[in-house]
Amino acid sequence: MSSTASDIVASPSRQSRVTLRKTLVSCALLTAALLLAIVFMSLIGSEPLPAGASLCALISFGTTTCGLSRDQFDILFQIRLPRILLAAAVGGSLATAGAGYQSLLRNPLAEPYLLGISNGAALGTMIALVFFGASEWMRPLLAFTGALAATLAVYRLARGRAGATPERLILAGVIVTTFLSSVIVFVTTLMDATRIRSFTFWLLGDLSGTSKSLLPVAITIAIAGTLVLTLNARSLNLLMLGERDAFDLGVEVGRVRVVVFLVASLLVGSSVAASGSVGYVGLVVPHLARLSLGSDNRISIPAAALGGALFVIVADTLARTIIAPRELPVGAITALIGAPLFIYLLRRA
Amino acid sequence: MLEARDLNVSYDHRTAVENVTLTLAAGEITAIIGPNGAGKSTLLRTLNGQLRPSSGAILLDGQPLERLNRRSISRRIAVVAQEAELRFPVTVLEFVLGGRFAWATNAGWGWETERDVQVAQAVLQETELSELSARLMNELSGGERQRALMARALATEAPILLLDEPTANLDLSHQATLLALVRARCDQHRASALVVTHDINLAAQFADNILLMKDGKTVHSGSPEEVLKPQILRDVFEVEVLVDAHPVTGGPRVTPIHDTYRRSI
Repeated sequence: MSSTASDIVASPSRQSRVTLRKTLVSCALLTAALLLAIVFMSLIGSEPLPAGASLCALISFGTTTCGLSRDQFDILFQIRLPRILLAAAVGGSLATAGAGYQSLLRNPLAEPYLLGISNGAALGTMIALVFFGASEWMRPLLAFTGALAATLAVYRLARGRAGATPERLILAGVIVTTFLSSVIVFVTTLMDATRIRSFTFWLLGDLSGTSKSLLPVAITIAIAGTLVLTLNARSLNLLMLGERDAFDLGVEVGRVRVVVFLVASLLVGSSVAASGSVGYVGLVVPHLARLSLGSDNRISIPAAALGGALFVIVADTLARTIIAPRELPVGAITALIGAPLFIYLLRRA
Repeated sequence: MLEARDLNVSYDHRTAVENVTLTLAAGEITAIIGPNGAGKSTLLRTLNGQLRPSSGAILLDGQPLERLNRRSISRRIAVVAQEAELRFPVTVLEFVLGGRFAWATNAGWGWETERDVQVAQAVLQETELSELSARLMNELSGGERQRALMARALATEAPILLLDEPTANLDLSHQATLLALVRARCDQHRASALVVTHDINLAAQFADNILLMKDGKTVHSGSPEEVLKPQILRDVFEVEVLVDAHPVTGGPRVTPIHDTYRRSI
């Protein structure tokens, strides 16, 4: 065979190139939508900002005020933009983690919140707050530990002799969730009364307390986690069809499982430490990604990450504007959208 | 070539396979038959590296199986399981392309090459699934799904095929077609196949060797003529059998005769 012929044979197939193009186009469109959302949602809020001047300031990355007053400039760059960026990181993290869990556990209903993994991370965060209140770094660290412990507990509980059925997994999630909820209530009683209300809000998923120092961490973990899971997408495609089959076809099942558990727990841990348990993002977004782009994880994971970011930005904008000047926790909005979809998926499964 | 020597496998705290020795030679089909719980499927999963033997050796092309990495094993051993788990929608072509995973230079995010697609299309043709290639797997009938599993195994181009009850969901004509495919692989590509089956007559028709197992042990092994004898089968399956010559192939044909049935004639 001549070298040119073998080059052609070894090159990506026409079908692969079509899929790759589909991935790039959909990710480019979602990125554009995400950037637009970041810009426009930062103009919306209880304090109206002049659109032209704000746009000008945003495009200059805050190097010029473009005629915004000091207060307006601070609202834009110190309050809204960090909150929106955190919403993006949280949404991207949760959607990616959801897509990862779904493939690994072979269950379209798997979701960090519903499996109790968010609660594990929440408990970790609370322990950090109660016992290591001064250290901001203990929060994501213990949140990650809590998420990982909850993941392993659910995985163990869900595995019957015949493997994990979808129903068994959800039941295991219910058990872990309720158990951790009661521990959380117990820990809450150890807190002083003035903090309990903000805590309850935070538990439901709340971005109003955006921490500046954790923002870069959350963004970095969201991007790195999405990359790592995307780089395992082909193994995950086979794992979706069964662990035994994946093993037979050459997937190092044990290694991929460890990677997904660690990365997904890290993603959930960092987003819960920053914003509490925002529910259903990991269910709604990967589902929509698969529905519109197919089950191939090479496409659906990056698309879910971008879509998740977009979803939480919009949900949080709703949360902070619909009853302005008061605010709703963003988790209430995502659950309002997610719970009906969950019922629909359950009926179809 | 795949060899097992003095293999012992414990599974769920009991010995499921005891002192089994077998060689899958190029160009040959070996059938494993035996009553339920004889350790047939356990043996098959051990040969693929999924279960670890408690003692004994498995050699793949002369190398101990446990020293080879997963992907290099999967390029040489393909497994056809009984049923695929389908909880996510995938097309038949996507499913069959899964068989090319072990060949990918970039196993993580890489894309199927032109050759991968050519191989997949060729096996889809062999398994008469070409027209269904764009359909979703969960829209197929049980028999079509079984053929897709076969197609995926063939797409690996592995010279060793391990088949676990491959004909369980197939109708009469597709049973024969499927085993004819295995036969063709063995004849044309010098492949070897191990087929776990309950269908003794199908085994008699297609296999070069039969391994008869009971309670984890090899009771008999040899050619169909050597193994399929009334006395042997009666002892293993605890049922009266009639063995006569197949009217077309001339090979052994086994008919069980139940006591109730015999009394009525």
